[in-house]
Amino acid sequence: MNSLQTLTAAAALMLTGVAQAGTTLEAIKKNGFIKCGVSDGLPGFSYADEKGNYSGIDVDVCRAVAAAVFGDATKVKFTPLTAKERLTALQSGEIDVLSRNTTWTSSRDSAQGLNFTGITYYDGQGFLVNKKLGVKSAKDLDGATVCVQAGTTTELNLSDYFRSHKMKFTPITYDKSDESAKSLEAGRCDVLTSDQSQLYAQRIKLAKPDDYMVLPEVISKEPLGPVVRHGDDEWFDIVRWSLFVMVDAEELGITSKNVEEMKKSSNPDIKRMLGVEGDKGKDFGLANDWMATVIKQVGNYGEIFERNVGQGSPLQIKRGLNALWTQGGLQYAPPVR
Amino acid sequence: MAEHAPAPVKPPFWNDPQVRAIAFQVIALVVTVAFGLYIFHNTQLNLRRLGIASGFDFLSSPSGFDIIQTLIPYSPTSNYGQVFWVALLNTLLVSALGIVLATLLGFIVGIARLSKNWLVAKLALIYIETFRNIPLLLQIFFWYFAVLRAVPAPRQSLSLGDAVFLNIRGLYMPAPQFQPGFGWVLVALAIAIGLVWWLKRWAWQRQMATGQAFPILRTSLALLLGLPLVVFWLAGSPLHWQLPELRGFNFQGGWVVIPEMASLLLALSVYTATFIAEIVRSGIQAVSHGQTEASLSLGLNSSLTLRLVVLPQALRVIIPPLTNQYLNLTKNSSLAAAIGYPDLVAAFAGTTLNQTGQAIECIAITMAVYLTISLLISLGMNWYNRRVALVER
Repeated sequence: MNSLQTLTAAAALMLTGVAQAGTTLEAIKKNGFIKCGVSDGLPGFSYADEKGNYSGIDVDVCRAVAAAVFGDATKVKFTPLTAKERLTALQSGEIDVLSRNTTWTSSRDSAQGLNFTGITYYDGQGFLVNKKLGVKSAKDLDGATVCVQAGTTTELNLSDYFRSHKMKFTPITYDKSDESAKSLEAGRCDVLTSDQSQLYAQRIKLAKPDDYMVLPEVISKEPLGPVVRHGDDEWFDIVRWSLFVMVDAEELGITSKNVEEMKKSSNPDIKRMLGVEGDKGKDFGLANDWMATVIKQVGNYGEIFERNVGQGSPLQIKRGLNALWTQGGLQYAPPVR
Repeated sequence: MAEHAPAPVKPPFWNDPQVRAIAFQVIALVVTVAFGLYIFHNTQLNLRRLGIASGFDFLSSPSGFDIIQTLIPYSPTSNYGQVFWVALLNTLLVSALGIVLATLLGFIVGIARLSKNWLVAKLALIYIETFRNIPLLLQIFFWYFAVLRAVPAPRQSLSLGDAVFLNIRGLYMPAPQFQPGFGWVLVALAIAIGLVWWLKRWAWQRQMATGQAFPILRTSLALLLGLPLVVFWLAGSPLHWQLPELRGFNFQGGWVVIPEMASLLLALSVYTATFIAEIVRSGIQAVSHGQTEASLSLGLNSSLTLRLVVLPQALRVIIPPLTNQYLNLTKNSSLAAAIGYPDLVAAFAGTTLNQTGQAIECIAITMAVYLTISLLISLGMNWYNRRVALVER
């Protein structure tokens, strides 16, 4: 049970010897794999099929980190975590990186001892309702019963939104997103609230997706990204740049298909990134061509987006805010230089 | 004249059993305290290394989230300390109701198990063997996701006289609203209780002295119901009922039992009652059959025999293991988190822990609370056990 996991995590905080704690990278190299925390089942972000194969944007971020460290994107051990368990699991060292649609907030950055390495997905909170209710806007939801996941920023935004609009609601908080979806279907709650991307993902898991719609309002900013613990800058840099490299690659037009040809390119930006020129890769304490490996094995940001949540997936989410800055979106990564 | 016995040779102090006993206790104490200090120090170091805030200051910062069932006033502007009290009261509520229901059901089934009626005895047996052998968590899911999901939606609610409504959102009942003057009814009830107590003593003394019985049950009931009713009528019926009403999405007003609480309560009491039933059965069977035969041959009928002869003796066997079941039920109530009932584990060791990130503090408080509740239940049951225990002269 999850309370047990929380308990062991708390116990780990008490019993871990300070002296034994080497750097995260050393420990990972010794283990031979990266321990990556993902969600308990969210199509498009992190989802395990019947055979236990994981897929999703969040999963691909961890695979990129594995490709960077080991030159092999498969060297990841995924741990499914509920929203309640995820931060404690990271704090206590049960996982090395949390890539689980987690919102970047000030208190998580400060008091909770965590560092967000970047933003994989710009999201916002919305509402999913049954069309039968005849609700067209979130402002019509006064008095509704709302299903929400426990221990999320969503839970806090929900209270804020209803309070600021002087409306009442009854919350039901579940640990697992599946339970919320089941309750919405059964009519235990009128509305399910979560990040919009999750609502689209939940919707296709319902028995009759067409009976449900996502309301137009977006009530919050939810920048989702990978998270690591405070106090290990080397590891922080590796995780952060694994994502940046994928965004830069899209901008430079490097894909998993053409990466070998691109090595012959005369563009110095591309040469530096792919390790043909200079020691940019080595500076991270990794193989010099690790960026090329990441792109070859996992793909650039555009590829993983389309494959998991975009046109190549059942979710059909448009790039929107997640388009590159050169195309009117917000995805912008610092240069490799 | 007796010779002086040779003075006993004083053993060296390390062989003195008393010195040894004390020394070992001191060593054990020092080791325990040192281990505790090491853990505390190590935790502090780890927390500081990871830059995680520690301490109990978070209890006074605002929570920012809502809770579905609160027995005391609570809003998102309340602080985490109030979340703690709300969650604790929810845990106590479901445990207390669970203990009462499980005890009632357990005693009935336990006695039915020994019934001479073949059907009754076998039904009790089947109930016990089924429910005690299915994991509790599964039973909670069964009640929540299977049974209580089968009831209709708010607009198709089952209703009883347009006052009580049952739908998937819960059981809605009229809520009493006390008007000024209701205090007198309570005073009347208190007086009635006092009178009944006095009447019982007087009847007992009279029966001891003269052998005449007094119809104590009928008079007590008449007093307990009649006196408050008369005062209620005299005070001008100072009580209104607020009926639940369908407005918008849900019923508003009245009292509501949410399905999360109902399924948890059902699962806990149905599960624990099976163990209590077995304890009651074994307690009754522990009373020698000769007692029953003696009682029957004295002319007491079988229900009086059970009530006056067998049960009081059986209680001595029943109470200690019954205490265990009460403790189990209270601790098992923490499974509430699985179906979204906001108990201590779900709302405090879950949501609060997650929103603040202060795992150690939240878990420590929660563990301390369960320990305290369990010790208090033990204390109460031990006191009761001493009362019913055989007084040896």
